[in-house]
Amino acid sequence: MEAKEIYQRLKDAFQDDILEFNAEVLQPFIKISPDKTEEIAQFLRDKDDLEFDYLMCLSGLDLGENLGVVYHLYSMKFNHKIVLKTEVSKEQPNVNSVANIWRTADWHEREAYDLLGINFVNHPDLRRILLPDDWEGHPLRKDYQPPKSWHGIPVTLANEEEQDGANE
Amino acid sequence: MAQTNNFPETRFELEIPDPLKTDEFILNMGPQHPSTHGVLRVLLKTDGEIVESATPYIGYLHRTFEKHAERMTWPQVVPYVDRMDYLASMNNSLGYALAVEKMMGLEVNERAQYLRIIVSELNRIASHLVFLGTYGLDVGAFTPFLYGFRERERIIDLFEEISGGRLLYNYIWIGGVAFDAPDGWLEKVNEFCDYFEPKIKEYNDLLTFNKIFIERTANVGVIPADLAINYGLSGPTLRGSGVNFDLRKNDPYCIYDRFDFNVCIGKGEQGTVGDSWDRYYVRIEEMVESAKIVRQAVNQIPDGDAKETVPRNVRVPAGEIYFRTETPRGELGYYIVSDGGKNPVRVKVRAPAFCNLSILPAVARGTMVADLVAILGSLDIVLGEIDR
Repeated sequence: MEAKEIYQRLKDAFQDDILEFNAEVLQPFIKISPDKTEEIAQFLRDKDDLEFDYLMCLSGLDLGENLGVVYHLYSMKFNHKIVLKTEVSKEQPNVNSVANIWRTADWHEREAYDLLGINFVNHPDLRRILLPDDWEGHPLRKDYQPPKSWHGIPVTLANEEEQDGANE
Repeated sequence: MAQTNNFPETRFELEIPDPLKTDEFILNMGPQHPSTHGVLRVLLKTDGEIVESATPYIGYLHRTFEKHAERMTWPQVVPYVDRMDYLASMNNSLGYALAVEKMMGLEVNERAQYLRIIVSELNRIASHLVFLGTYGLDVGAFTPFLYGFRERERIIDLFEEISGGRLLYNYIWIGGVAFDAPDGWLEKVNEFCDYFEPKIKEYNDLLTFNKIFIERTANVGVIPADLAINYGLSGPTLRGSGVNFDLRKNDPYCIYDRFDFNVCIGKGEQGTVGDSWDRYYVRIEEMVESAKIVRQAVNQIPDGDAKETVPRNVRVPAGEIYFRTETPRGELGYYIVSDGGKNPVRVKVRAPAFCNLSILPAVARGTMVADLVAILGSLDIVLGEIDR
């Protein structure tokens, strides 16, 4: 199925929660609202003519003002792909979890939470995954400042800070 | 009661409740343990020998690759991606280079394309040989390790000759490769194939159809196909569950459509479809197929300048892409965002081993601790890629 048709199917079923469709780019994407991700995911996975059974990738990213989550879906049976995007504000970064639809999302959402601080509502086990539990901040945010030390271990080297200053 | 020995009487006053009650036992497997293939900690809750739950804790090898990539120029990222899956560096840089080339709309020189295929498939063989050796070790066989490393050494020598590196190559660049093949190198690749193909029989005689090995791996850690897909498994781990899915065939990239090879899937020959033995055997069969591709590529390779299309300045137009390739471990995806500047805005890596490992809690339940080692080994994880 082409991206355009998938968009039509979603638009018919979810109306206002489908915010935007862009086919101009390299890989067409559909923008959806962050509190309906789970329902939309369920729809995409379970409908017989869509059957997106494989979540290829779930990425979080810092868009400056907002945080974004991007879902790359694939259907093993029909060999079609689609990209879903959603955006949340940095103050209230709440996105509904899709970990119960595709188990792949479990660890990927934990990673996005860990590195970008996106809060996945209804996630079964939302903990940090790559960084230590008591780490402060979310390093992949563009405005992130690393701590000087962690439990007495230096994190930034003194000369590194000087270099940073020289570049700015 | 008359005392007939010198034992203190308290010794016999232990209260034994009825029925006998036992506690669950919490055991840390790793982070420093050979069977975890790196630094992985698995927290086991066991009831005697039986695993009740297994929770992997990762991140011990986290090197902040994605943060680094945001400060590097586009070509500078290549050596970093080499260091993710350090057993298959060529395949990693191939994926990155293809993704960036697709964004730039860059057509790569034919000779470079063929060289890329040759080194990637050789690297696939080398990676599977390490799997063969270490998996043997996991289940208690030492000799296959020596066999695997004996053949891998010859591949590494070939890589050293063409790229200068033995483990991390920085060979596949955006737009081509770093060096053309030296004189006589392609003949040496052919010689290696001649030497390597009969060795498969040795592995099969020594390990694959060994009674003890089959007992240890067949019917252990069965992953049904639908569960495998839902967990996002890929590569030999997914094919072991009987799913006929290989990105080189199903979503072709590079010039893989020019070669004739088979996709190997698990058939449950020794037990159930999707058990550890199937996952193991898929990799053994894949080595034969990779050698087939290498031979075809060496026969077809055209003359030309392999560095012709390497751009002096890499300018990537604004946009984004998700590009996936088949590495020895499965689907390696790069999600790359560009704003048209000197460096990437975001490079997210979908590491195959990251997804493959995430199924461990689901299959570990109810197995023996010793079987868990066999299951973990059959997933063929590389922690450098999981933690990035």
